[in-house]
Amino acid sequence: MLEATGVETFYGNIQALRGVDVSIRRGEIVALIGANGAGKSTLLMTICGNPRAASGRIVFESRDIASLPTHEIARLGIAQVPEGRRIFPRMTVLENLQMGATVAEEACYEEDVERVFELFPVLRERQRQRGGTLSGGEQQMLAIARALMSRPRLLLLDEPSLGLAPRLVARIFETIGEINERQDVTIFLVEQNAHHALRLAHRAYVMANGAILLTGTGRELLDNDEVRAAYLEGGAGKTDVERGGDV
Amino acid sequence: MTDATAPPPSAPGPFHVRGALKEAGLAAFVMLGLSLALIGARIDDVSGGLAVRWRPFDVLAAVVVAFLGRLGLAFLRAGRPAPVALASGLSCAALAPLLAVSATGGGAADWARTALPFSGFAVNVLVLVVVVVLALRAGLAWRFGARAGARARAGAPGAETMDRLASVARRAAVHAVPVLLLAAVLFPFLPFADRRILDIAILVVTYVMLGWGLNIVVGLAGLLDLGYVAFYAVGAYAYALLATEMGLGFWLCLPFAGVMAALAGVLLGFPVLRLRGDYLAIVTLGFGEMIRIVLLNWYEVTNGPDGISGIPKPTFFGLPFVRSPPEGTESFHTFFGLAYAPIDRIVFLYYVILAMALITNQFTLRIRKLPVGRAWEALREDETASRSLGINPRNTKLTAFGIGAMFAGFAGSFFATRQGFISPESFVFIESAVILAIVVLGGMGSQVGVVLAAVLLIGLPEIFRDLQEFRMLAFGATMVLIMTWRPRGLLAHREPTIRLSGKGAVRR
Ligand SMILES: Nc1ncnc2c1ncn2[C@@H]1O[C@H](COP(=O)(O)OP(=O)(O)O)[C@@H](O)[C@H]1O
Ligand SMILES: [Mg+2]
Repeated sequence: MLEATGVETFYGNIQALRGVDVSIRRGEIVALIGANGAGKSTLLMTICGNPRAASGRIVFESRDIASLPTHEIARLGIAQVPEGRRIFPRMTVLENLQMGATVAEEACYEEDVERVFELFPVLRERQRQRGGTLSGGEQQMLAIARALMSRPRLLLLDEPSLGLAPRLVARIFETIGEINERQDVTIFLVEQNAHHALRLAHRAYVMANGAILLTGTGRELLDNDEVRAAYLEGGAGKTDVERGGDV
Repeated sequence: MTDATAPPPSAPGPFHVRGALKEAGLAAFVMLGLSLALIGARIDDVSGGLAVRWRPFDVLAAVVVAFLGRLGLAFLRAGRPAPVALASGLSCAALAPLLAVSATGGGAADWARTALPFSGFAVNVLVLVVVVVLALRAGLAWRFGARAGARARAGAPGAETMDRLASVARRAAVHAVPVLLLAAVLFPFLPFADRRILDIAILVVTYVMLGWGLNIVVGLAGLLDLGYVAFYAVGAYAYALLATEMGLGFWLCLPFAGVMAALAGVLLGFPVLRLRGDYLAIVTLGFGEMIRIVLLNWYEVTNGPDGISGIPKPTFFGLPFVRSPPEGTESFHTFFGLAYAPIDRIVFLYYVILAMALITNQFTLRIRKLPVGRAWEALREDETASRSLGINPRNTKLTAFGIGAMFAGFAGSFFATRQGFISPESFVFIESAVILAIVVLGGMGSQVGVVLAAVLLIGLPEIFRDLQEFRMLAFGATMVLIMTWRPRGLLAHREPTIRLSGKGAVRR
């Protein structure tokens, strides 16, 4: 469904991606894990054309999208939940959802709102509240819901569990699985929380210094010693920090 | 003595009288410098030339007022409100009746006028207002001690009060809109609406319309535009040239002037698409100046600094407002069988600009609920997120620039037809700044806020024309006050564009 080959991305003189190859098949959940600054977010953003890839090919459903502007990529059926959620703080929940439906068929709107409200009932209660006044977890749900409003075929998620309480982290991952299964949405998931991500994902990539280090099924990587040492043990220590996160 | 080291007002600590005196002396000295230039020497137009008239007593009064005012503040800050309350209370008691008497006629008024500190009536009013505020603050601090005193020291007295007022005003605005509208419509028939008041009202409504137009660009789309007056100029010149060169009427030219201004807006939009914030502001500022300089130097077309005169007045469905229409034609009063009254034309102009402004307002309210309007707001909130949701930032920004400019163009045509004469001098940067101030002070994106701010910033200075040189000072002071009390604008508040009413009532 999505085939990235030899993707290189620069921020000015700094090279953030050094020839990344990633392949995602329809219906999969693919996880991307790696340390801070490895280039995970950059890969996700590059797929969306912001920033553009300096070289390499990104083929989505047999069409090279590497040189398309961001808003046209969105029209092709790729939606993104960006790092830090980036909901519209002064708009209400409902208006945020409306913005998510920018590229969707107008006739589907009511049905789609109903659908995301069923997925995240709390958003129905909060529909008139301004996005900026939601809690961290609610904002994350809103960001995912907003992305789903465009009826994407490929959903890119950047650290959906960041800053959430452990109970909510499990909830979010559960929902991601649900979206994948029930709504037939292919998912590319960037996570620091390697443990959860690898258990959920069908396949996964490990990234370091702007390049792919390892790849395999989620199970394989969970059992891989290198991965355990670098991301899981460290990741286990991280849950203490996460407990302090907001809800 | 700084705020950090000042003792709590409830327990007056050591008070450095010397320090306070020094501070007050400094303030008086600064005031001396300012007032010598501003009010000390007045240049009068006497027959055959200019003459300088000196007003030493006004300068002295200004210096004394500044000295006493600063001293009073120092006392207040040190937690000693009692003497301030007494002194300012006494001054109020003395000033207010004097002022009242001076406003009447007769010998007593003359005497009262000489006793007042300044020769200008409005300046005395200003002084009285300052003294009253001082007295109130001191009185409150005296009466209630620490809390009021602490608030006074925080530099933003009554910020919560202002918040509450603003939220009351917001809620009231919903019900007040029909009332305000009715008042605006009936305004020319109110007893006090003479020629001068109507002229001021026309000016205020023009700025309201400009504010609403700029609100689309700045408030909704979040694009800081410092050159808005350029589009006002384009509209004005488009109409003026069409009318004087080709003899076309106002109503025929109006759409064309709007289109021209919109084109200029789009033209400006292209190069600044990638710019944000400060950079955008600087480039738009430059663009505004560029248009003015072109108007100034393109002599063959615009007549340069001499401007264009003899711009025709608008007609009422083809009926002009003249006393004696040419043979075989009718004018407004002959057609309706009325007696000729010169004010009819002014009233008509008032209704024209009122209608144009209301259309601008309705347009903005509607477009906010359409996809393009929502895209403006989304782009303002977060451009990156908007793009990944499929919003085309280029087209969205260009429409904002274009539509905003179009309304400035309409207003410009109106300005040209009202004045009958335009020159580049009417379209200087300060105009852009004033319009932007109206939008920002009104509370970005707030339609009612724009009206309030326009009345405050345009109407009041016009009414207080006899403040003369103090007008700009008052203008600046108003801005500073609003910015300290309401940093996000008088009525900063965003109305949601959709609501769910009951189940299944989701509308787009
Ligand atoms: N906007 C930017 N400008 C310059 N450098 C950036 C920018 N965003 C990310 N980088 C750099 O690119 C590298 C990869 O960052 P990122 O993709 O955010 O990593 P990750 O998401 O894996 O933590 C880092 O070294 C980071 O400093
Ligand atoms: Mg990241």
